[in-house]
Amino acid sequence: MEYYILFLPLIGAFISGFIGNKIGDKFSEIITSLLVSISALLSIYIFYQVVIENYEANLIIFKWINSGSLDVNWSIKIDAISAVMLVVVTLVSSIVHIYSIGYMSQDPHKPRFMAYLSLFTFAMLTLVTSDNFLQLFFGWEGVGLCSYFLIGFWFKKESANAAAIKAFLVNRVGDFGFALGIFLIFYFFGTVNYDEVFQQITQITDKKINFIGISINSVDLICLLLFIGAMGKSAQIFLHTWLPDAMEGPTPVSALIHAATMVTAGVFLVVRCSPIYEYSELALTVITIVGMSTAFFAATVALVQNDIKKIIAYSTCSQLGYMFFAAGVGAYNVAMFHLFTHAFFKALLFLGSGSVIHSFKNEQDINQMGGVWKSLPYTYALMIIGTLALTGFPFLSGFYSKDAIIEFAYLKGTNVGYYAAGIGVFTAFLTSIYSWRLIFKTFHGSYNNNKIKIESMHESPLVMLLPLVILAIGAIASGYLFKNLFIGYESSYEFWGQSIKFLEPLSQNHPPSWFLFLTPSLVTLSIPLAFYLFVKNKNLVNQIVETNKPLYIFLTKKWYFDELYDVLFVNSFKFLGKFFWKKIDGSIIDRFGPDGISNLIKSLSVKAVKFQNGFIYQYAFVMLIGFSILLTFLIIK
Amino acid sequence: MLEIGLGHYLTLGAIIFTIGVVGIFLNRKNIIVILMSVELILLAVNINLVSFSIFINDLSGQIFTLFILTVAAAEAAIGLAIIVAYYRNAGTIRVEEIDKLKG
Repeated sequence: MEYYILFLPLIGAFISGFIGNKIGDKFSEIITSLLVSISALLSIYIFYQVVIENYEANLIIFKWINSGSLDVNWSIKIDAISAVMLVVVTLVSSIVHIYSIGYMSQDPHKPRFMAYLSLFTFAMLTLVTSDNFLQLFFGWEGVGLCSYFLIGFWFKKESANAAAIKAFLVNRVGDFGFALGIFLIFYFFGTVNYDEVFQQITQITDKKINFIGISINSVDLICLLLFIGAMGKSAQIFLHTWLPDAMEGPTPVSALIHAATMVTAGVFLVVRCSPIYEYSELALTVITIVGMSTAFFAATVALVQNDIKKIIAYSTCSQLGYMFFAAGVGAYNVAMFHLFTHAFFKALLFLGSGSVIHSFKNEQDINQMGGVWKSLPYTYALMIIGTLALTGFPFLSGFYSKDAIIEFAYLKGTNVGYYAAGIGVFTAFLTSIYSWRLIFKTFHGSYNNNKIKIESMHESPLVMLLPLVILAIGAIASGYLFKNLFIGYESSYEFWGQSIKFLEPLSQNHPPSWFLFLTPSLVTLSIPLAFYLFVKNKNLVNQIVETNKPLYIFLTKKWYFDELYDVLFVNSFKFLGKFFWKKIDGSIIDRFGPDGISNLIKSLSVKAVKFQNGFIYQYAFVMLIGFSILLTFLIIK
Repeated sequence: MLEIGLGHYLTLGAIIFTIGVVGIFLNRKNIIVILMSVELILLAVNINLVSFSIFINDLSGQIFTLFILTVAAAEAAIGLAIIVAYYRNAGTIRVEEIDKLKG
């Protein structure tokens, strides 16, 4: 059964990708959606088995590499973590497949799109079901590749191509760290299989290693390098710049890859490696700091963005920050829980915004929208559900997972923990403000679009709305239903079993009750506040913007990260590249190498051609000269 | 009184041979001159053959000479015929204009 889960999407990708043009658009859409949906149903069954019977398995498909002490298998490892990821990936993927049938109905390249989506699903599944770091890396690169394909899916759009390349390059930075981490693991343990590595981890905890001149604890270094990989994939601060640009891709792609699944691979990596991370206090502190910085940074930027998808992209970035600092304070199960709930409501928000964009005929600027909640009642309601869940409105899914993160950060009891909890509360407040800003500017107020008449606004087709309903159910109920299983005190230890390691059990205390009520009340209060600011009294917002102009520009420029990188890396490397191209390669290597030799031969042959002038008497003369020389030589000898 | 010996005949042959060879190389005007030079080279060879024949008292050298003269006559006839044919085709027999073997 596990084989079907893994390979059905791959078969779908092959069918749709290679013979999609022959079998027609409709058929390739149906076949890929069907195969992925079957895979999703099977995943849910596996998840059920894991929950009920603590089912665990490690199916070896075949040996991959067997060279010296390096012994790597292709395998399907089923345990609690991978079961959760299987459900998230296949469920969201099948929903996105079905949604795409409606969303991409005008696109001429449907089979290619469906093939990429299915291929992505396969790569993501190999990533989460791997039992060793190498297969993980394979899946890691596979999803990166599919992400590149899908961001640049509209290849005639120059900005889409640029964004695709940017995503690929920024991810390379992270992958470099990740690869180094894997090398280091192999260096120390002589194996890359999880089980063996995790068993031996205690043996190297006090070994030091020299890295670029600094003596550092080997476990710390492994953890930090792996975390750099996670930062790249999960768009954490410093390596986040690709994620907002990735919104150039079609909206279903943003929902599947850049919100629900691929970007959570970094979180998955940290949770999967919890037996290593538990031994590295330094790495956990770094993760906490990076996570909360990302959460805060992305939330502030999301406050001032005007592109509906970019707001949600920054929101994703921010929520990933939450997951990381949950892992950083040692609450890996809470990180997984937030990953799980986040997949539902973020996919819902993205697909909902896709529905809005669809209705507005590819308009993404929220200043060009407004006042359409009556025309798009279903989309409106679904978006409201997604927003409530995201902001952590009481009793929706985000409430359970996000508040648990903040609680555990508080309970950690260290300075970093308190700091993270404070930032977490404040970011939750910001999240609420920008999410409601999005809703109010999109659906309320006056209608601001000049190109399309409001009467011609119509709701998206059923094939796009039904998937949203499933996600909405998940966004509402997944928190409440799975709370005990994922983060309950005893039930969660039973569920996660060996897959997550806690050196010391999580604190069972409760934070003070005023702290428990802080976040939900802030979140709830921010709804009328946002309504007042963005619908009732817009002048106030404008005044705030006017008085804090430098801050506003700083935020709209996204903290100047892109500009900074342009100066630091892009331009300097461009200059360096140009120097090597023009000067070193052009003027030295080419000039004296290939170009020089070919010119020499050319001039020599021009001279040699003159030699063959067609006059027989000269040929005869040359023959005579040659003959005389030969003769002279023979005589003298 | 100078005794005319083998050396003189060979020298004469060498001179005629050289004139013939140089005639081939330096001639830029007429292809017939090349033909004549070829005849000169053959004559030089004949003189050598005859002189050696007398010197070693063996008639076969002179018989060879007669053969060579015959062949030279035939060769001259063929050569002239080729030149006529070439003139009909190319309209010229000036040596400097015959360069069809040029690369």
